[in-house]
Amino acid sequence: MSSEANVWGVVAEFDSPAAIYAAAEATTDAGYVQVDSHTPFPIHGIEKALRHGPSHLGWFVIGGGITGITAAQLMMWWMNAVDYPIYVSGKLPYAWPATIPITFELMVLLSALTAVFGMFALNKLPRHYHPIFKHSSIHRVTDDRFFLSVEATDPKFDRSATAKFLESIGGKNVELLED
Amino acid sequence: MTSITVIDEPENPLFRAPLVEGGKNFAEVTALVARPTESTTPRAWFLGLGVSIAIMLNLFAMIGYLVWTGVGVWGNNVPVGWGWPIVNFVFWIGIGHAGTLISAILCLFRQKWRTSINRASEAMTIFAVMAAGIFPAIHVGRIWVIYWVFPVPNQMAMWPNFKSPLLWDVFAVSTYFTVSALFWFVGLIPDLATFRDRAYAQGRDIAARIYGFFAFGWHGSNRHWINYEKAYLILAGLSTPLVLSVHSIVSFDFAVSLLPGWHTTIFPPYFVAGAIFSGFGMVLTLMIPARSWLGLHNLITLNHLDNIAKILLLTGTLVGYAYGMEFFIAWYGGVEYEQYAFTNRAFGPYWWAYWTMISCNVISPQLFWVRSFRRNPVVLFIVSIFVNIGMWFERFVITVTSLHRDFLPSSWGYFSPTIIDVLTYLGSFGLFFTMFLLFAKFLPVIAISEVKGVMPEANPHHGHHGDSHAEGHA
Repeated sequence: MSSEANVWGVVAEFDSPAAIYAAAEATTDAGYVQVDSHTPFPIHGIEKALRHGPSHLGWFVIGGGITGITAAQLMMWWMNAVDYPIYVSGKLPYAWPATIPITFELMVLLSALTAVFGMFALNKLPRHYHPIFKHSSIHRVTDDRFFLSVEATDPKFDRSATAKFLESIGGKNVELLED
Repeated sequence: MTSITVIDEPENPLFRAPLVEGGKNFAEVTALVARPTESTTPRAWFLGLGVSIAIMLNLFAMIGYLVWTGVGVWGNNVPVGWGWPIVNFVFWIGIGHAGTLISAILCLFRQKWRTSINRASEAMTIFAVMAAGIFPAIHVGRIWVIYWVFPVPNQMAMWPNFKSPLLWDVFAVSTYFTVSALFWFVGLIPDLATFRDRAYAQGRDIAARIYGFFAFGWHGSNRHWINYEKAYLILAGLSTPLVLSVHSIVSFDFAVSLLPGWHTTIFPPYFVAGAIFSGFGMVLTLMIPARSWLGLHNLITLNHLDNIAKILLLTGTLVGYAYGMEFFIAWYGGVEYEQYAFTNRAFGPYWWAYWTMISCNVISPQLFWVRSFRRNPVVLFIVSIFVNIGMWFERFVITVTSLHRDFLPSSWGYFSPTIIDVLTYLGSFGLFFTMFLLFAKFLPVIAISEVKGVMPEANPHHGHHGDSHAEGHA
């Protein structure tokens, strides 16, 4: 084992959604704060047990949507009424009802792009290397096993005490992982 | 893992039939979905892929011939300026509506049965939109200046005319394709991670690297799931009005014109209902053979097919209402050109196309009032083929019968497709099936993480009250 500075955290394995939920509650009740679960599918309600806050993605998406609306309106007004006015069948070069479909589509497009790339940015993905991949049974995290991690940055973290604690609440394959 | 009791009583509101049958646990669901990728490829797949690629190459050959020679290779003529290419475009884009409907609208309505069919339907959507996009692009004639439809500077020093519904269509279809592809990819990430981990555990190194690259390093962290689920919900919320807007805008291509037979306000809702109808028809055409070849009976159950049949019955009856209402308005509106257009549609030279459409779209889904037909895959498959045929004819009827006899009898004409028209349309199926077969072999055809999430065991409070269905925690 190398020095404490290289330790990323302790990871324990559980075998059911109910077990990981109970373990998450027990770990945060014991005063740990840098706690995360790693599960094959989202376990609903576990964010309360882990004391994780809600996602702020929505605010970014609203920004994307407003940008889409503004860009669409400016583009159609400037191109069809200012830079090169196009008079077709007696219609005004710029008339708002005819701009609604494209404005709507660009709002949706920019909102969707913001939602997806904003989600990647908030999650810091893609990140192909992660210390948790060193756990011996982590390949089952996308199948049928549920993992709880306590990171070394937690003020209460202690390599042996935290590992013992995770064992005491039913964790299996408790492993200390290095970064 | 507790096993699930199979309750076959979808009518009984006190019981909700399980979404996953056969008492599967999480690991078995993973293995079931991963099996086609990991096991030996059946010879039929190679045969199917070979035939599909050959037909797809024929599409490319036809496009090459068209670009080299000009649109005169098609049957389009002077009164009928919009022939098969536009019919095929609307046909494919309509099919592309079911995927987003299933993934977005049913997601917002918390219809959990969507989880086992949404992935394949979304894939179908993307491939159908790809097939659709070809037709208006090659229909412009001089495809080398297709970029004139985009607001980019060009040699005419002009911008596109944003008042044209055809341009709205460019924005609608390209937005729809982009958003559908993003939605699909976001949904795939956790399942690509599953395939990565299985390939790694089985020592298939190259597969693990490829799946791993696209899985973006996913490890199911709850901090990631929080943002992921938010993004998924937002995408569902955005796609719901989007899917309704796309076919509305496609219908504007017709409805904004002043042509009798096209110039009606019923077109947007009527086109949307027809799109959903045709999309679910194609979902059945693909899923009924796929569930049997891939052995997915326990995930795509008869209850799923039953639900799809009910949607077909509803939307088929809705388009029937629209067909009737068009005639009523033509009579009630008192415009003789409009009245002639509709009489001509049903009893003129294209009467056979009109009545094919009515038989396939309105009459054949009425079988689904009977429960045993809704739960019979053979009947469902046959009706789904009728739906595909009927919906192609609907677009043919709308496009061609409205055009072939315009205001001036001296310019009346008749449209007949050429062999190039037929081979190009056939070729688009080659593209569609090539993509779908590749998808079925190499990607998870079922959204594994979503299916696990709707299983009763996924509820962290499962077993406390002995509840047999996954209805979220209290």
